[in-house]
Amino acid sequence: MAEVVIAKPGKLPVGPIGRAGIGWWGISALIASEAALFSYLLFSYYYLGASAPLGWLPEPHPKMMPVLPNTILLLGSSFVAWYGERGVEQGRRAQALIGFGMAFLMGALFAGVQVYEWHERAFGIGASSYAALYYTTTGLHMAHVIVGLVILAALFGWTAIDYFSPRRRISVSAGVLYWHFVDVVWLFVFTTYYVTPYLGFAR
Amino acid sequence: MSGAPLSYLTASGPRAAYTAPLTWFMLVVSILVCVIVTVLVWIAARRARAAGGASETASVPVERGADGFPWVKWGLVLSAIPLFISLIWTMAALAKVAGPPTVTGLAIDVTGHQYWWQATYDGTGPGQAFSTANEIHIPIGVPVLVRLHGADVIHSFWVPQLAGKTDTIPGQNNVTWLQADRPGRYRGQCTEYCGLQHANMAFEVVAEPRDRFEAWRAHQAAMAPAPADDTARFGQVVFAHRCASCHMVRGTPAAGTKGPDLTHLKDRRLIGSGVLPNTIGAVAGWVQSPQAVKPGSTMPNQHLSGPELNAVSAYLETLK
Amino acid sequence: MRAPAYRVPEIGEDTPALRARLQEIWETPPGLKGWLVTTDHKEIGLRYIVTAFLLLIVGGIEALVIRLQLAGPNLHLLTPDQYNQLFTTHGMTMIFLYASPILSGFSNYVWPLMFGSRDMAFPRLNALSYWVYLFAAFFLYAGFVVGAGPNAGWFNYVPLAERPYNPGINEDFYAIGMIFLGISVTVGAANFIVTFFKTRAPGMAINRVPIFAWGTLTASVANLVVIPAVSLAFFLLWMDRQFGTHFFSAAKGGQPLLWQHLFWLFGHPWVYAIVLPAMGMVSDALPVFCRRPLVAHTLVALATVAVMILGFGVWVHHMFATGLPGLALSFFSTASIAITVPSAVTVFAWIATIWLGRPVITTAFLFFASMIVLFVIGGVSGFMTASVPVDWQLTDTYFVVAHLHYVLIGINVFPVVGATYFWFPKFTGKLMGERLGRWNFWTMFAGFNLGFLPMHLTGLLGMPRRVYTYPDGMGWDWLNLITTIGSFVFAVGVLLFVINVWISYRKGAPAGDNPWDAPTLEWATPSPPPPYNFAVIPTIASRHPLWEDRLQESEGRSCLSRGMTLDQGKEALSTTALDADPDRILEMPEDTSAPLLLAIGMTILFIGMLALSWLTIGIGVLACLGALLLWLWPRRDLREREPAPRVAHG
Repeated sequence: MAEVVIAKPGKLPVGPIGRAGIGWWGISALIASEAALFSYLLFSYYYLGASAPLGWLPEPHPKMMPVLPNTILLLGSSFVAWYGERGVEQGRRAQALIGFGMAFLMGALFAGVQVYEWHERAFGIGASSYAALYYTTTGLHMAHVIVGLVILAALFGWTAIDYFSPRRRISVSAGVLYWHFVDVVWLFVFTTYYVTPYLGFAR
Repeated sequence: MSGAPLSYLTASGPRAAYTAPLTWFMLVVSILVCVIVTVLVWIAARRARAAGGASETASVPVERGADGFPWVKWGLVLSAIPLFISLIWTMAALAKVAGPPTVTGLAIDVTGHQYWWQATYDGTGPGQAFSTANEIHIPIGVPVLVRLHGADVIHSFWVPQLAGKTDTIPGQNNVTWLQADRPGRYRGQCTEYCGLQHANMAFEVVAEPRDRFEAWRAHQAAMAPAPADDTARFGQVVFAHRCASCHMVRGTPAAGTKGPDLTHLKDRRLIGSGVLPNTIGAVAGWVQSPQAVKPGSTMPNQHLSGPELNAVSAYLETLK
Repeated sequence: MRAPAYRVPEIGEDTPALRARLQEIWETPPGLKGWLVTTDHKEIGLRYIVTAFLLLIVGGIEALVIRLQLAGPNLHLLTPDQYNQLFTTHGMTMIFLYASPILSGFSNYVWPLMFGSRDMAFPRLNALSYWVYLFAAFFLYAGFVVGAGPNAGWFNYVPLAERPYNPGINEDFYAIGMIFLGISVTVGAANFIVTFFKTRAPGMAINRVPIFAWGTLTASVANLVVIPAVSLAFFLLWMDRQFGTHFFSAAKGGQPLLWQHLFWLFGHPWVYAIVLPAMGMVSDALPVFCRRPLVAHTLVALATVAVMILGFGVWVHHMFATGLPGLALSFFSTASIAITVPSAVTVFAWIATIWLGRPVITTAFLFFASMIVLFVIGGVSGFMTASVPVDWQLTDTYFVVAHLHYVLIGINVFPVVGATYFWFPKFTGKLMGERLGRWNFWTMFAGFNLGFLPMHLTGLLGMPRRVYTYPDGMGWDWLNLITTIGSFVFAVGVLLFVINVWISYRKGAPAGDNPWDAPTLEWATPSPPPPYNFAVIPTIASRHPLWEDRLQESEGRSCLSRGMTLDQGKEALSTTALDADPDRILEMPEDTSAPLLLAIGMTILFIGMLALSWLTIGIGVLACLGALLLWLWPRRDLREREPAPRVAHG
């Protein structure tokens, strides 16, 4: 004799609680797509570099200043943003504001240093396929950094007017996750452009 | 020429000959599969209980039905056989057909332009190198290496009865090879969309016995003879002013490289990259208004006067 | 009044009072304003379907003009430039503006109903994906309409697409328009993926999911990760054209083949993404007309996923003639032969379902049964081109044109037309006419085969693709004439389809909730369904909830008349990914203009890029920012001033 089944759940969360909620899946899908974009940019670098004649790299030993401290700065800003997220988690508004504000400033400084580095380059974007890829990859990354800065600024503002609480904070988690993503992408870009030449790629 | 000059099911050289049987095999298997599936679907549908619309559908009772997994299992097992055979045969044919079998005696450089084919032969000695256009001669019975170059956009070099296609790509050194087992004229055509006149970018490969090929080659390497009469001489003057910036005639100051080398123009069967016969009238029409024949080709209309055109035609007739 | 953070959902009966309450909560306001702000998946799905069918007709007319030009040798109906724009725009329209959006439209409408859910996971994102599609379609056509349409073929190889060989604005319309369109596909894909995993009815475990959902899911996962490849390719092309970069030009270290790799890394998965959902339609609807469940349902679901995964590994088979090394050729040839295996699983399952069932001949059945034959014809021509030496003869000839039309028309258009006959009663409450349907089917079937079957021979006789004319004496004349005649017959068939849709919409016989006595959940709702879909959330106990009493395939029985009412606001249910256990009550967004405003902002941005106007780009960016802030502004009623007590998980 077949029994009719009826789902009768107990207490269910209403809307997002903490960092769990349907929005988390949404931001993850967005990040997957953007990660794919950078994969194809790096693929283009490796493809052109592998089939290029000697001398494709303008600098077989790329200078580590200021890019290495700049990279550390950006990674640091991830920690600071996480610190700010913890502040929201624990209901400490001041900590949250400091975290988001400092992450914003560190990210903005990173962007400024990056623009300075572009300015200092001996080659323009039309000089070669390497140049084209370099500026386009770091440029698209910069676009993502700017979006991230806008997100941090929005989180700062919304935190200041008390929109978030330990329970209702999924936007914070989504925004900070995006910022972490931007930093991880930079690690891959940095490794490709500044480290692989030392390892012998595309001399 | 057969009724279908670009068909590749009649092969005249080993590269095409190795491919044709595999093509037939896969074609026969494919047709068989289509027939079997069609018959099965037809028979299955013929057993219909009802025909009509919604009420007829709802009137036939739903049943669990027999287990259909053996259909899938046996279908896969049976399909695997021709698939596997095709795979092995493909690898074998690819090995035979891909690279030139041995060091080849002859190497030609072919460059794809919008919308013509340049063929450059290294000479047998110094000063014996030459370029010609749209008609490529090869000796029968030996593999001929063809180095492919792209001058502008991607074109594809294809002579169906002798070999499959290979693209000419700017910046890339592609290589293909041809071997004709029988003498004949084999038509080829560009098969990578390359712009406005992609449809009119044909060429011919003429395969001939070794001695005739050598005679042709020696003749091509020679300079153009001096024109014999006044009209032709006047035509040469017009040519030097109007045509030499793009065209070369070896043995004269005309040294343009943007268009085909015309030193032995009248030796070819067709002009305009396989579009027009090489008669005096067609040549004159082409020279005066190439845009009427191939709109979008790179040669502009010439707007020559009557006497000028007449003289140039006479001059071109001397370029045998 | 603060919303409570946790709640035990009330269980109730499906009563008129409940329905009235839900109607009020969920209905879109009437009139133009409602039309512009709605986030109802059914409304959005219908828009996708109508827009895609209109673009199908436009693309079809382009094809008819092409066929007139090719009906005989050396015709001069079109100039070469007109021809090149026509064939490029035809391909672009069919592949990007019809084939994918039509499947998005059906998926949008049907999925939440099939899942027993109240809407898609992200209703506002859904609205955005439609508006962007619509505006991108206008953008892409704007060039064509002024005689500057894309003209380098739908796959747009470089260097032909680069500035020196294509100085006009044609290619810039294409490049920027495609980046724009890519946004629609990406956000749509994200929506489908999350909806599939998180919003199925309780009890709809992963092995009970209909194949149509698997088809769209695999297509969406693929799209999510490969659209960036084509967007990037077009972006790099645009940079080469406008900013003098050298990604693809050999002179400064670029490679023309980089374009081909990036494009086909996207392009091959894309062509599977435009057929797998349609195959899923057949897998779910054909069994209804065979009065039995699909044979080997689990294997078919797995085969769908396998085809998509393998589909990532065959892209180089579009590049066999480019001078690649032998190892690459062998690998990709093998993979391309192997991919026929999972596709064949589905075909055998379909044939077995008809053979072992009790078929009923309806128009829908005819479209589904015939597509099996067309699928196989398209599949075997693909099998032939998978072999490298054979492909070296076949590629870039009309043999490939025959192949691609058999797979696209056979595995997308025919199932879509069948699906229209099948689901039209659910969308409109009326049945489509069966008599006209028979004429529709046979005309389309005869016309299509008359047009495209001879094309295989035309290709074997060496006719190249993309030629605006051909000389006589090549053996192609009669074949081309037959193809032209067939294509016009096919067009008449499509016209009959449109007429049947129109007449049936006005005067079709009334359909009830479940005119076909079909098993899946969408048939448990009224035709057309109310805005909230289900008054109570159903609980599912098997793959075929409405056939349970007859199939006896599981121990439990689904419950459709009693369940969670979720009527404390605009609410839906989120469930776990594999077992579909309830895990959250979702608060669905109200209708809003934010998606439309964001789409308008994006349009301004892309127009700015086309015109290279920094001012317009700036305005577009600001408009997008404003729309995003409006969209993402946190909800007031979720504000909690005092810190809430710490919870163990959350």
